[in-house]
Amino acid sequence: MPIKLPSFRPRRDAYPPDLWTKCPSCGEMLFNKQLDKVLRVCPSCGNHFRLSAAARLEMLVDQGSFAERDGGLESEDPLGFVDQKTYPDRVAAAQLATGMRDAAVWGSAAIHATPIVICVMDFGFMGGSMGAVVGEKVTRAAEHALANRIPLLIVAASGGARMQEGTLSLMQLAKTVGAIERLRVDGVPFVSLLSDPTTGGVFASFAVLGDVNIAEPNALIGFAGARVTAGTIAQELPPGFQRSEFLFSHGFLDRVIHRSELRDEIATLLRFLVARPAPVPPEGPGGDPLGLPSFRAISFLSNLAERVLPPDPDETGGSTNGHRPGSVTPSAPPEPPAEPPAAVPPPATAAPPVDPAPRVAAEEAERG
Amino acid sequence: MVDRILHRGRDQRASVPDDRDSSSADGPGADIAADPTAATWARVQLARNLRRPRTLELVAELADEFVELHGDRLFGDDAAVVTGFARIGSQRVVVVGQQKGADTDENIRRNFGMPHPEGYRKAMRAMELAERFGLPIVTFVDVPGAHPGPESEERGIAEAIARSIALMSRLRTPIVVVITGEGGSGGALAIAVGDVVIALENSVYSVISPEGCASILWRTADEAATAAVAMKMTAPEQQELGVVDIVVAEPGQGAHTDVAETARRIKRNVVEQLEALVQVPLDELVEARYLRYRTLGAYREVEATPPPPVPDRPGLADRLRNLLDPGRWSGISTTPAGRRDELPARDEV
Repeated sequence: MPIKLPSFRPRRDAYPPDLWTKCPSCGEMLFNKQLDKVLRVCPSCGNHFRLSAAARLEMLVDQGSFAERDGGLESEDPLGFVDQKTYPDRVAAAQLATGMRDAAVWGSAAIHATPIVICVMDFGFMGGSMGAVVGEKVTRAAEHALANRIPLLIVAASGGARMQEGTLSLMQLAKTVGAIERLRVDGVPFVSLLSDPTTGGVFASFAVLGDVNIAEPNALIGFAGARVTAGTIAQELPPGFQRSEFLFSHGFLDRVIHRSELRDEIATLLRFLVARPAPVPPEGPGGDPLGLPSFRAISFLSNLAERVLPPDPDETGGSTNGHRPGSVTPSAPPEPPAEPPAAVPPPATAAPPVDPAPRVAAEEAERG
Repeated sequence: MVDRILHRGRDQRASVPDDRDSSSADGPGADIAADPTAATWARVQLARNLRRPRTLELVAELADEFVELHGDRLFGDDAAVVTGFARIGSQRVVVVGQQKGADTDENIRRNFGMPHPEGYRKAMRAMELAERFGLPIVTFVDVPGAHPGPESEERGIAEAIARSIALMSRLRTPIVVVITGEGGSGGALAIAVGDVVIALENSVYSVISPEGCASILWRTADEAATAAVAMKMTAPEQQELGVVDIVVAEPGQGAHTDVAETARRIKRNVVEQLEALVQVPLDELVEARYLRYRTLGAYREVEATPPPPVPDRPGLADRLRNLLDPGRWSGISTTPAGRRDELPARDEV
């Protein structure tokens, strides 16, 4: 390794990176300590800086209430994907740069003492792209919310699906949406907070499906990036396109909220959005997931018999449902769904191929 | 508009001679078999072939009756998506499929097979109809991607796709998906969530077009063939990944060389799957479908010790060094994790 002589002339134009940040919107130099105090929103132009997952959690949930779950999930490399770097190298680099294992964290927390399940994405980790780990975390968060009937809050910040995992990352759309749809059917609230940027496969899956969709001002939110549009249909996008306000005016967002008010706003929403009480567990098997009373052949027949047949003199004071040995019930028609050994012929639950050499993860992207 | 047509037209004209060359010369030809990149790219070209049979042609061949239904009841009728009732064998079904055009005029009318939100909303309407009347659903996927333009965004293409995926994940009726050509990302998945996914041998399925992937990761669209190989987008590779269940071999030099036989083979598989699926109780069917997608994706669980924390606040000594000689010590006082203000946004997506 060649010895590099230190340069003794400091570069006069460089600001110490940890002290000052230049606002990309208005060019103002901002003192970092000050910027942190105002939740990283530029005091002069209102530009909302991107937040890491940790910073987002800090500003959003009650101090110390966040308990992370599944922190140990890590990407594998199912395709053996190599572009200019290998996928595991990209993941390792992102892990080093961010101190995270993948682009999302989830856990339980509280906002104004209301318990929630929260999942936060971090754009800094390979563009917040959704691979198997992000998909799994979102899905587990949704399933946890469903099982415990706690409202779910997902903070999206992502460029889309993770190309390096191929269609398996596309399948995360189906996986997460399937879990979110179960919340919706079962009446457990899901608030989606869209931050800058939320695009591609993440926007076109769970992020757009909130019972309430809220966004920060001027966040980039859209389906196809400008380059995709230009490359596919050779059309330029108008300015201000795919920003929060654009989506708001077209009816896809409920509210656009300044970062300083987010916490209170979400707390207010959660006072209205309360999980429906758990459906009464259907008696026995054959219960309907919609909570409708299922048809129970035996009780139906015995009720019928009770009404139709004259009371049996031998059984006065006994069973009032006209139950007579050898008459009605034994000949009852087939039991409710007798669960024939699933004749599902397709390889319905094909196990994902697992790379025997576990390696780590790398970049974002996607299009529609 | 003209730009757009020219643009697409150029691509497609380019693909026709390609295919003719290959159909005359190669077959499973010698040099192509030796070069995986060429073989994969030949598949991509076949999947995009202008003469490849589209949904309506296939349905005309494999269904005994077909009645097309139009309109999403909200905005309009998108010709890039066709829906309708069909009778396949003894089974009444609802068909949903994407439809590219066979020539330029039809392609303009059908928007090169790129659906707008109203296309997906029409599909949802048809699928809800199917559930209501207990009809199984057969979808035909052949789409370069959902339309990525301003009109699409204004009317909520992302919302339409997400809703469609959500709907298919819970529909209480069997769903058989047939990928016949290009399976282009979210635009394909929106009608491709099913109990069984069948794919024609020369169809492809990917999360992004190979050109798009190459232009992001290789910084040039010329590496599209390389990207196509890296993404493992051909039907047999997708089957290995578990995304596709059944691969149907194509006759001759590809589906376009014998449409009737292609349709017959698809029909045989679809009928077989439908017959099995209608036997399955609906609760089990929906649960199995949920699990099919629930288990896709490769990850591992390592010990949940947090990785070494990024130093949050540099010590006083580091700060002094930094003040005196910025840049030189940047390796020591890292910018805290909470302070990354990346600019690139549009370029990343």
